[in-house]
Amino acid sequence: MAVLNEEQEMLRDMARDWATNESPVAEFRKVRAAGEPQAYNTGAYATMAEMGWAGVIIPEAQGGSDFGFMSAGLVVEELGKTLTASPLVATTIAASAIILGGSDEQKAKWLSKLASGETVATLAVDEGAHHDPSAIEASVSGGKLSGKKAFVHEAHGADLFVVAAKDGLYLVEKGDGVSLTTRKLTDQRSHADVSFDGAAAEKLEGGGDTLLDDVLDRARVLAAAEMLGMAQQVFDTTLDYLKQRVQFNQVLATFQSLQHRMADLFADLAQMRSAVEAGLQAVDGGFGVARAATVAKAEANRVLHVISNQGIQLHGGIGMTDEYDIGFYVKRARVLEASWGSTSYLKDRFAKLGSY
Amino acid sequence: MATQLEPDVHADEEAFRTEVQQFLATHFTDELKGSANALAGVDGPTDETPAQTKWREAVGERGWGTPTWPKEYGGGGLTKAQAKIVDQEFAKAGAYNPIGGMGVMMFGPTLLEYGNEKQKQEHIPPICRGEIRWCQGYSEPNAGSDLANLQTFAEDKGDHYIVNGQKTWTSGGQWADKCFAIVRTDKSDKHRGISFMLLDMEAPGVEVRPITMISGTSPFCETFFTDVKVPKENLVGEEGQGWTIGKRLLQHERTNISGGGRLASMMGQSLGDIAKKYGDTDAQGELADKVLRDRIADFEIRWNSFLLTARRAVEESKAQGGVSEISSVLKKLGTKLSQERSELLIEIRGLQGLGWEGDEFTKGELDAVRGWLFGKATTIYGGSTEIQNNIIAKRVLGMLDHQ
Ligand SMILES: Cc1cc2nc3c(=O)[nH]c(=O)nc-3n(C[C@H](O)[C@H](O)[C@H](O)COP(=O)(O)OP(=O)(O)OC[C@H]3O[C@@H](n4cnc5c(N)ncnc54)[C@H](O)[C@@H]3O)c2cc1C
Repeated sequence: MAVLNEEQEMLRDMARDWATNESPVAEFRKVRAAGEPQAYNTGAYATMAEMGWAGVIIPEAQGGSDFGFMSAGLVVEELGKTLTASPLVATTIAASAIILGGSDEQKAKWLSKLASGETVATLAVDEGAHHDPSAIEASVSGGKLSGKKAFVHEAHGADLFVVAAKDGLYLVEKGDGVSLTTRKLTDQRSHADVSFDGAAAEKLEGGGDTLLDDVLDRARVLAAAEMLGMAQQVFDTTLDYLKQRVQFNQVLATFQSLQHRMADLFADLAQMRSAVEAGLQAVDGGFGVARAATVAKAEANRVLHVISNQGIQLHGGIGMTDEYDIGFYVKRARVLEASWGSTSYLKDRFAKLGSY
Repeated sequence: MATQLEPDVHADEEAFRTEVQQFLATHFTDELKGSANALAGVDGPTDETPAQTKWREAVGERGWGTPTWPKEYGGGGLTKAQAKIVDQEFAKAGAYNPIGGMGVMMFGPTLLEYGNEKQKQEHIPPICRGEIRWCQGYSEPNAGSDLANLQTFAEDKGDHYIVNGQKTWTSGGQWADKCFAIVRTDKSDKHRGISFMLLDMEAPGVEVRPITMISGTSPFCETFFTDVKVPKENLVGEEGQGWTIGKRLLQHERTNISGGGRLASMMGQSLGDIAKKYGDTDAQGELADKVLRDRIADFEIRWNSFLLTARRAVEESKAQGGVSEISSVLKKLGTKLSQERSELLIEIRGLQGLGWEGDEFTKGELDAVRGWLFGKATTIYGGSTEIQNNIIAKRVLGMLDHQ
C-alpha cells in the first residue's frame, strides 16, 4: 500500500465506510433488478458527489478538491470492492480530458457541474468491440460530429460526451444528433452504442498531440483501480470462506494445496497493487505515464482474471450461484479487461513503448 | 487363419455401414439438421419437436444411441468396430445422437456393472430409448468434495426404506423422472454406511427448488426428501456398498466431462478462424494482432495434445477393461482447457463477446457468454480439480496423506 497522506487516508476511510455500510453489493442487486438502462442509483451518485468524490481531480477553483489521481483511485478502489454502480469513473475520465485540453471557457462551463454531480459525462473512443484508438473514423466538419461509438460506458446517464474524432477530442452534449442503442453486457451496467449524426461538437484545443493518449492512460489507471478493489474483495471473501468451510472434518484453509494457491494469489495481488498505485502516481507526477498506465492495466487484467476465476473455483458449487456475490465480479472483470485495452493490446503497446 | 477371416469381417462391416446409411436416409430427415440432443444437457427441459421425437424413437429402437450396450437390455449389442461405424456415419450425415443424459453417461454403465438382473431389465431399456431422465443425488450442503460425509438417511423398514434429508446442486432435478442417489444406511461408519439407491422424483415427499446460476439459468436444484418411501428392490448392490458403486459412477462422469469426444466436437471451430472474423488480418492473411495470434497458437497446441492424450488414455483403459484412474487426469486437463478456450473466445470477440441479451448480439455470441460462465462449474463438479489432484497424488503416484 502506498504511503498516504492524511487527506488521502481520510478520503479512503470515508469511501470505505460508505461503501461498506451504504453501498454493499445488495445495492447493486437492486440496481440490477430495477433494470433501468442507466444502471445506477441517482440518489447514491448525488451523495457521492456531495462527499466530493466527483471533484477529486478537479481544481479547487472549479469546485473540486484537486487531490489528484492517487486519491481518486483510492475512492474508486473502495467502490470497486462493493461493485457500486455509478458514473463516477466515467465522469472523472471525462473531467480529465477537459482539464488537460479544455479552454478556460470550457473548463468554467463544465468542471464545476461535473464536480457537483449535476452533470454526468463519459468518454467515447472505440468504434468496435476492441479497444483501438488508431482506427477512429468519426469526424467533424463545420462544428458537426458524425460517427458511431461502440460500447460507451455509462452512456445512458450521460449529459456530456467527450468524443474522439479523427482530429482530436470534442465535447458533445446529449441532444440533437445523439442517439443510443443499448448494449446489455454481462456486468449489467450501462453500455450503449452511441451514434452521432451531425451533433454539435466543440473541440478541446489544448493538451497537444498526445491528448487522446493522455486521457486514455487516465482511463486505464482508473479502470485498474476499480479492478484492484474487485480483486482485493474477491481475495478477502475467498480467504474468509476457506477459513470457515469444513470438508473432511477440517476447515479448507488447513489444506496445503489451498494455502499455496492463496499464497500465490496474495503475491499476485501485491504486484497488482504496486502496479496500479504506481500508475495513479505517475499520472499525478506527470512522469512516464504511458508506460506506468500500461503496466497498471496489464497487471490488473492478468491478476483480476486469475483471482476472479479462482474465487469461484474455491467457493465450489456455491460460487456458481447467482445468490452468492462472487459471480458478479467475474462478469464485471471481463468487461473492464476488454475496456481501454485487452491483455493482447497492452502487451503489444508495452513492447512498442519500449521500441521493440 | 487371420488372413482367411479378414476379408469376411471387412465385408460384414461394409454391409453394416450400408445398413446404417440406409437407416439414416430413412429416418434422419432434413428438418432435423442442425438440431441437437435435447437430453444431452442438463440445463433445460426436454422440449422436442415431433420430428425429433420420431428420430429418438427410431434410434432408440435399434439401441444405436448406446451402441455397445448389451442387446438384451435394449442396447445396440454392437462391436467396437460397428459402434465406430455408427459414429462415423452419423457424423457424415450431420446427425446427432438423440439418446443421452446422465442415464447414458454415468448411471447406465454403473447399473450394468452392479445392478441385479431385474434392475437392468427395468431401468436400462428406457435409458436406451431416451425415455427417462435421471438426475444425480450425491452432493449435500455439507458433503461436497467430502462426499462421504453425506447425511441423508434411509431407515430400514423391512420391505422398504424411509428416506429423509437434503441434496443440493442436483442438476436437472426439476426435469428428472428418477434420481440415483447415495444415502446413509448406517451412521456408525462413514464409508461403509453408504448405500446406492434409486428414487422416484414423483414420489410423495420429494421437493425440488431450482437455484439460479451465474449464467442466469436455473438448471440445478436443492432437493428435499421428507419421509420418502423407497422399495427395497431399488437398492443397487448390497447395503453398505454404495461408496464403491458411487465412486465408480464418478469415474464414468469424469471420463464424460472431459472425454475428448464431446468436447472435441464442441470445440471444433478453430479459434484462429473465429479471430479472423472479429479482427483484422494483414497482407498475408494472418491475424494482425500478433500477440493474440501467439496466444491462440499456444492454446491450440495444448488442446491438440490433450485430444491425443484423451484418445490414448481412452484406448488404453478400454484395453484394460473400462474406466480407470486416468479419468482424473483427463478431467483435470480437459476442463481447464475448455475454460481457457471460452476465455480466449471472449477476448477474441472483445466487448461483442460479453453480451447478456439483445438483438445486437448473435445467438452464438450470447450462448458463448452463458457457456463461459456455466463452464466455470466443470472444474468444480464431478470432483473438483483439487480433488482430482489429490486422487492423482495419492492413488496414482502413491504419495501419502500429509500428517
Ligand atoms: C453446475 C453444477 C452442477 C452440479 N451438479 C450436481 C449434480 O447433478 N448432482 C450432485 O450430486 N452434485 C452436483 N454438483 C455438486 C458438485 O459435485 C460439488 O459442487 C462439488 O463436489 C464440490 O463440492 P462443494 O461445492 O461443496 O465445494 P467444497 O467441497 O466446499 O470445496 C470448495 C473448494 O475447496 C476445494 N477443496 C475441497 N476439499 C479439498 C481438499 N481436500 N484439498 C484441496 N482442495 C479442496 C474444492 O476443490 C473447491 O475448490 C454440481 C455442482 C455444480 C457447480
